[in-house]
Amino acid sequence: MTTSTATPVLRVTDLTTRFNTQDGTVHAVNGVSFDLADGEVLGVVGESGSGKSVTMMSLLRLIPTPPGEIAAGEAIFEGDDLLSMDLGDLREIRGGKVGFIFQDPMTSLNPVVTVGDQIMESLTVHQPARRREMRARALELLQLVGIPSPEDRLRCYPHELSGGMRQRVMIAIALACNPTVLVADEPTTALDVTIQAQILELVKDLRVKLGMAVIWITHDLGVVAGLVDRVLVMYGGQIVEDAPVDEFYAAPRHPYSQGLLASLPSATSRGEKLVNIKGQPPDMRQPPASCSFAPRCPHAFDRCHQENPVLTAVSATRKVSCWLDEVPTIPDTEGAGHGV
Amino acid sequence: MESEVLVSVRDLKKHFPVTKGALRRKVGAVRAVDGVSFDIVRGQTLGLVGESGSGKSTIGRTLLRLEEPTDGTVVFDGGDLADLSVGGLRKVRPRMQMVFQDPHACLNPRMTVSSIIGEPLVEHLSMSSRERNERVEELLSLVGLNPEHANRYPHEFSGGQRQRIGIARAIALNPDLIVCDEPIAALDVSIQAQVVNLMEELQDLLGLTYLFISHDLGMVRHIADRVAVMYLGRIMELADVDALYENPLHPYTRALQSSAPVPDPAAEATREKIVLVGDIPSPSAPPPGCVFSTRCPEAVDRCRTEVPVWREVAPGHGVACHLVG
Repeated sequence: MTTSTATPVLRVTDLTTRFNTQDGTVHAVNGVSFDLADGEVLGVVGESGSGKSVTMMSLLRLIPTPPGEIAAGEAIFEGDDLLSMDLGDLREIRGGKVGFIFQDPMTSLNPVVTVGDQIMESLTVHQPARRREMRARALELLQLVGIPSPEDRLRCYPHELSGGMRQRVMIAIALACNPTVLVADEPTTALDVTIQAQILELVKDLRVKLGMAVIWITHDLGVVAGLVDRVLVMYGGQIVEDAPVDEFYAAPRHPYSQGLLASLPSATSRGEKLVNIKGQPPDMRQPPASCSFAPRCPHAFDRCHQENPVLTAVSATRKVSCWLDEVPTIPDTEGAGHGV
Repeated sequence: MESEVLVSVRDLKKHFPVTKGALRRKVGAVRAVDGVSFDIVRGQTLGLVGESGSGKSTIGRTLLRLEEPTDGTVVFDGGDLADLSVGGLRKVRPRMQMVFQDPHACLNPRMTVSSIIGEPLVEHLSMSSRERNERVEELLSLVGLNPEHANRYPHEFSGGQRQRIGIARAIALNPDLIVCDEPIAALDVSIQAQVVNLMEELQDLLGLTYLFISHDLGMVRHIADRVAVMYLGRIMELADVDALYENPLHPYTRALQSSAPVPDPAAEATREKIVLVGDIPSPSAPPPGCVFSTRCPEAVDRCRTEVPVWREVAPGHGVACHLVG
């Protein structure tokens, strides 16, 4: 499922988002391009401020404007550009063909509306039907996401449910209209590990049952390893590496990816120093004129401080934006290689 | 190597009353910590892991007597903290410090870094302002910050740097014990490694003893010497780090370990996963018998009626489960 020969469901090209604040312009997303294949699970990793959430919010034009501004780019979803289409048409797609799950279920759910009504609200907008039918669909959705005694839960308010159950309700709402793409923004970050494990199993199961494409935004490299087909690594508002999950973990290619994976503690790292990436994340108020990782990069040379590298294919399946990879070492021909 | 016990906790309980009505009648109690015993050896790190609501942070706070314990004893370097008067407690306080989770919330935004780090020095020592400034500069370079930044305010620093300021404040009075309450949970992955390295360096340099509270099992394995696994106010298992990770005995420890995702796709695809059903019960109405019995995949009838007693199944490896041993 890692090959992207067929037409992608979503093709993002050169997306650029800025925020014009009192302290100057924040260059949150700088020329991001990627494809999402049908049925593919794409993991987007990066640290806070790397632009992963803003990228996905920009796709559905969910960023507040002003101060936000989508300065350039296109996002072709089923033949239409999400970034230039009529707002009315976009509303059809939001919550319809593209479902969204946010990090904190408590602030995303309306506290004074029952769970059942919130699921039905989405149906009323996109697939209006008789109330009885919509109720039946809501019940079906709650069963699908594994909520015990769903009939009673329809009448519950969000505060009556635990964190894990609320996140299940959020997933039910996102799935209500059978989306082709599900965007999940750090959906398990606020949950305990045992509850996170439940939600991950649920998503893996649903993805097989419903065949939708998933964009999973996270900072947890463990979650990505078990769930996704392909990984996008973001740094300083840019994609620095785009690779199939096996290749990425076997041999990360961008120095930032390498540093990120190396900094994780392992079973054998006791008593040793953890490898760390020196320095601090970049100041996003500067437009990227050079590689934004150069000040922290152990391999940086002159060119890195002068020119910003672009995301370039280094093999059939992998793209990296790094001047070190400028002379690509492709020979790995059959395309079946697992990196080094 | 001497293995002198610095902190000894016996049967510690902390119940928060639940009140009702205008007269604030007590109608129940949240049993945040319910009978916990452990020792921390000087110079070592005890990792305390568990889910939210398991009572980890309450243990940390009760240990420093930021909360009055409901029952039980905390012996610190030979003296029982519960016996101490307010004045006596004040004398012990400099020897035990805390590093907090949220580096944005634990520093006063209107104080400069030098006054934040200098505050404990003013409170507990009589130093001239020049001596104090020298000590602040020394502490700043010790935690890897530029001493010239002493007059800046917290908002001028990133999350990782702010956590360094919190650590500098904690070590200002040369403490013996530092309770670290999720010190890296709010930091990015690449910054977590920096802070953990710093904490380990300082431990070697100053002979610190840590109680490291965390939900990150991977990081606890890296930093801790012994690990206690908590669930609903009780310790389920306590062992040396290698024994706990390589030979976990309690079903909850096994479930917790198998829930933590591994950053390796091949291992993720093949390893056995134990997915627990349901949620952690409310600590105001814990289940009878073993507190984990409602979610335990291996529970038998006895688990639901009888509280398992703490047993040492191997030297230094204790567990509270009917099915073990």
